[in-house]
Amino acid sequence: MIRSELVEALARDNPELRADEVEQVVQIFFDEIAQRLAEGGRVELRGFGAFSTREREARKGRNPRTGTAVDVPAKRVPYFKAGKEIRERLNTD
Amino acid sequence: MMRSVGTLTRADLAEAINRKIGLSRAESLALVESILDRMSDAMAHGENVKISGFGTFILRDKKQRIGRNPKTGVEVPITPRRVLTFRASQILKDRIFEG
Repeated sequence: MIRSELVEALARDNPELRADEVEQVVQIFFDEIAQRLAEGGRVELRGFGAFSTREREARKGRNPRTGTAVDVPAKRVPYFKAGKEIRERLNTD
Repeated sequence: MMRSVGTLTRADLAEAINRKIGLSRAESLALVESILDRMSDAMAHGENVKISGFGTFILRDKKQRIGRNPKTGVEVPITPRRVLTFRASQILKDRIFEG
């Protein structure tokens, strides 16, 4: 499924909404999650999963092409842990 | 640091939809649930979900392997299973990195 298919599915489920409203709802949904993560917060969607960020320490890396050592700076990266409900759903058939 | 920021929930997402485009709170909450349901359904059917500008939810099939009960040291088989991972888009990574 890609983003546009998600928008189409929601539009079918909600015929009372205009197409631009459905598009905005999806936009707001993902933008709010990204914004909270950028602010250093967490996002918890019970059953689906939780988004958070993790610190990665600075390390020495290598340019895989040339083998030259490079400094990789410390950074904060997004992390997602799938919820119990969805983990179980993926394994029932 | 920035650790004082709270946890965002379904209710907060619904609140943002209500505030930004004026759909009712009830309708906004139903839409939030609907987005999560639609994505979950697709994954339950074995599809990856790719949201441009945000990231991709990727299913991975794990083979059976031998694990160990960390408390007792007893070896136990870990059954084959499907797991869900998330790969953030470069846009999301940059946004988080820059704060």
